[in-house]
Amino acid sequence: MSDPMKNDKDKNSADNAYSLNDDRRVKVLSPGALVARRFFRNRLAVLGLTMLVVMFIFSFVGGLLSPYGQDEQFYTYTNMQKDYAGVVENEDFRYTEADGQEFSSILEAKFLLAQGKGDPSFENKDVTYDITQEGDELYTISTGGTVLALASKDIINVEDGQTLSFNTRLAALKAYGAGETSFSADGTDYTLDEEGNIAANGTTVAYISRLVVSPVENGAVISREVREQIAMAIEEDQESVTVTDANGEPVDYKITYDPSKKTWSVSQSTETYVYDRYAAPSKSHWLGTDTNGMDMLTRLMYGGRISLVIGFIVVIIAAVLGVILGGIAGYFGRWVDNLIMRIVDIFYCIPSLPLMLILGAAMDALQIDPMIRMLYLMLVLGFLSWPSIARLVRGQILSLREQEFMTAAEACGIRASRRIFKHLIPNVIPQLIVTCTMSLGSTIITEATLSFLGMGVKFPFASWGNIINDVNNAYVMTNYWFIWIPAGICLLITVLGFNFVGDGLRDAFDPKMKR
Amino acid sequence: MKKYIFKRILMSIGILFCVTFILYALMRSLPGSFVETQAMTLSQGAGAKSYDEWLAQLNATYGMDKSLIPGFFTWLSGAIQGNFGDSWKYAVPVIDKFKEVIGVSVVMGGIAFVLQIIIAVPLGIIAATKQYSRLDYGITAGALIGISLPTFFFATILKLIFSVHLGWFDLYGLVGRDYAQLDAFGKFLDMGNHLVLPIATIVIVSVGSLMRYTRTNMLEVLNADYIRTARAKGLSEHRVIYHHAFRNTLIPLVTIIGGSLPGLFSGALITETLFSIPGIGWTSYQAMIIGDIPFSMFYLTFIAILTLASNLLSDILYAVVDPRVRIA
Repeated sequence: MSDPMKNDKDKNSADNAYSLNDDRRVKVLSPGALVARRFFRNRLAVLGLTMLVVMFIFSFVGGLLSPYGQDEQFYTYTNMQKDYAGVVENEDFRYTEADGQEFSSILEAKFLLAQGKGDPSFENKDVTYDITQEGDELYTISTGGTVLALASKDIINVEDGQTLSFNTRLAALKAYGAGETSFSADGTDYTLDEEGNIAANGTTVAYISRLVVSPVENGAVISREVREQIAMAIEEDQESVTVTDANGEPVDYKITYDPSKKTWSVSQSTETYVYDRYAAPSKSHWLGTDTNGMDMLTRLMYGGRISLVIGFIVVIIAAVLGVILGGIAGYFGRWVDNLIMRIVDIFYCIPSLPLMLILGAAMDALQIDPMIRMLYLMLVLGFLSWPSIARLVRGQILSLREQEFMTAAEACGIRASRRIFKHLIPNVIPQLIVTCTMSLGSTIITEATLSFLGMGVKFPFASWGNIINDVNNAYVMTNYWFIWIPAGICLLITVLGFNFVGDGLRDAFDPKMKR
Repeated sequence: MKKYIFKRILMSIGILFCVTFILYALMRSLPGSFVETQAMTLSQGAGAKSYDEWLAQLNATYGMDKSLIPGFFTWLSGAIQGNFGDSWKYAVPVIDKFKEVIGVSVVMGGIAFVLQIIIAVPLGIIAATKQYSRLDYGITAGALIGISLPTFFFATILKLIFSVHLGWFDLYGLVGRDYAQLDAFGKFLDMGNHLVLPIATIVIVSVGSLMRYTRTNMLEVLNADYIRTARAKGLSEHRVIYHHAFRNTLIPLVTIIGGSLPGLFSGALITETLFSIPGIGWTSYQAMIIGDIPFSMFYLTFIAILTLASNLLSDILYAVVDPRVRIA
C-alpha cells in the first residue's frame, strides 16, 4: 500500500486500453448489491444467517425426514415390582370368644387398660371380670367362674374345612407358649411342632403364627400354602422366596423389611408394557424420549416449525397494521396523526405477557381446543405489537415527507396512495426489515415463555417452550438433560440468528457506516 | 417547560383512562370461573344458601352485577382512592398484598439495574472505540447472546450448575430453611444468597440492550465533526474519548436510563416465578393464572402507569439534559 503507483506500473500497460471514465474500469453496484456486500462482510451477520438456515432446514425439512410422527408414542417392557402382600407381626391382642359367650369391644378396651396396669380384674356395668394369665401373652377373661374369652397375640389359623373349639384353641396356645409338643383337649390328642403346626391323628388342622399376611390388592386371596411359605421365609430372614402357585409353577417374590413401619412387603416383579418415558438417547431415539414417550428429536423439529410459524405470522400481522396506520399518521399529519398516535400510546401501555397469561388462564377454564388457542395467541400477540412498528414508520415518514423528492412527486400530480406506497414506504423498508427481524426473535421468546408457563402452545402440539416446560419437575431438570437442553439451544440459536442478521442488516443498510 | 410537563401529564392521564377502560372491558368479558367455583363451593356447605343466591351475592360483592360502564366507574372511583378491592387469591385487599411484596422486587430490580449500568456502559464505550476489532465482535456477540437468551432457559441452566451441581445456592425461595433461627446479619446474608441467581439472571438477560445502545450512540458521536476537530487539534485520544465523546453520549444514555427507572417497580415476572421470589411479579403471576380479576386489574393498571411514567420521564429528561432541544 505504501507506494501503489510504482507497483501498478507494469500492470498499467494492460489496463491502458480503458480510458479514465470508462465504465469497465469502475464496477457499478446497485444499492441492493452494496447492501448485500456490506452484509456479507459482517462475520456475525453471516454466522447468524447460517444459523437461521440450519434451524429452518432442521424444522421444516427435518420433520419430513424423521421416521416418527409428532405425537407418536413409544412403548417398552419394563420390570416393575408390584406389591403382592404385606406382612406384619401381630402386636395387638386378638380375642376369641368362648362358645356361646360374648365379649364386646368395650370389654376389650377395659381389659387392655387393666392388663396394662397389671390389675387382676376390671369392672363394667357392676360386673367384675377376672383376668387370668395363662401364658406369656395369653390371658383368659372370666366372670363368676365362666370363661368368656381368651386374649392372645399369637394367632391360630385354621385349615380349610376344619374347626377348632375354644377349648382346643386355649390348650393349643398354652402349649405353644410353654414350648410343649403335645396337648389334649376335648378328648382328642394333638401334636404341636416347632413351627406351630397343630396336628390331630397325623393331619394338620391349624397352625399358630404371629405373622399376619394380607394381600395388597382388594379381593385377592392368598392361599394357605403361599402364606405359610412367606411366613416361613420371613422367620428365616430370607430376602426372597419362591412359591409354587396354584398351577404348580414357581413364582419369585422379593421380601423387603421396613423397620420404621415394622412391616415386610412381599413384591412380585412383573413385566409391564409402558410408555417409554425419558428413555436415554439411543440409536432409535437420538435425543431420547420425553415424558409421554415421544421421540424428542422429532418433537424438536415440529416444535421449531410451530415456533417459527407463530413468530412469522405475529410479525406479519404487526408489520401490516403498523405500516398502514403509521403510514397514514405520518403522511396526513394533524388530527389523523394525533388520533392514531394516541391509539398507539394506549396499546403501548397494555403489557402483552401478563395479558396473555390472563387470557391463557381463561382459555384453560373454557377448555379451548389447542389449535384455536394457537390462533388466538398469534392474533393477540400481533395485535399488541403493531404500535412500535407504527411509531417507527410514522417517524420515518415525517422526516421523508419534507424531502425534495416528495415535493417533486407531489408536483408531478401523483395521487396520495401512490405517493405513500410507491415513494414513501419503500424508503422505510430498510428500517422496517431490521425491526421485523429483531422482533421475530423477541416474539419467538415471548411465545416460548408463554408455552413454558403452560399458557401458550399446548399439548399435543410441540413448541420449544412447552418442551422445556418439563424442567418444572426438579427431577427432570437434574437427571434428564436431553429433555430440555436441546430445546433451549434450538431456541437460543434461532433467536440469536435473527438478532445477528438484524444487527448485520442495520449496519448494511446504513450508508454512513464505514467499510 | 412547566406548561409542557403539565400538558404531558394531562395527556398521560387521558391515556391511562382509556387503557384502564379497555382492560376492565377485557376482564369483564372473561368467564368468571372463579366466582362460579367459589359459589359452587360455598353452596355445598351444610345448610348453605343455593348456588344462585351465592352467585348473586358474590357478584354483588365484586361489583360484577352492574353493567360494563357503571361497573367501570365504580372500579375507577375505588381505584382513585387507592381501593382496588380484595384479591380473590390472597383474600386480602390488593393494596395490602402489593405493599407486602413490592419491597423485594424493588431491591432486586435496583441491584440488577446498578449492575447493568456498571457493566454495560464501559463495555459499550470500549466496543465503540475499537469498532470492528476482535473485542468489539466479542462484546457485540455477548450482548446479542444475552438478548437472545430466553430467561427461563438461562435461569434453569444457572440453577442446574450452581444449585444442583455446585450446591452454592438454593433452588427456590427467598429465605433458607433455617432462616428463623438466624440473627439479623445472618438473615440479611441468607436473603442475599438467595437473590444472587435471580439478579444474575436479570442482569445477563437484560444487560445487552443497554450495551448495544451505548455502543451505537458512542459510534454516532465518534463520527461527528467536533470529534474530528478535537483530534485535529492534537488532543490525546484519551481526552477525545472520555471528555468530548463520552459527555455527548451521556445525553441519550441518561434519557434511556432515567426512562427505565419506573420499570424497577414492575418486578421481573418470569425470574421471580422461576426462583419463587415473593415479589410483585410472582404474586401477580399466581393471581393471573387463576383469573384473580381484582389483582390482575391492579397489576395491569400499575404496569400501564409505569410505562406512561417512564415515557414521560425520558421525554422530560431529554429536554432537560440536552440544551439544544427546544420544546414546542
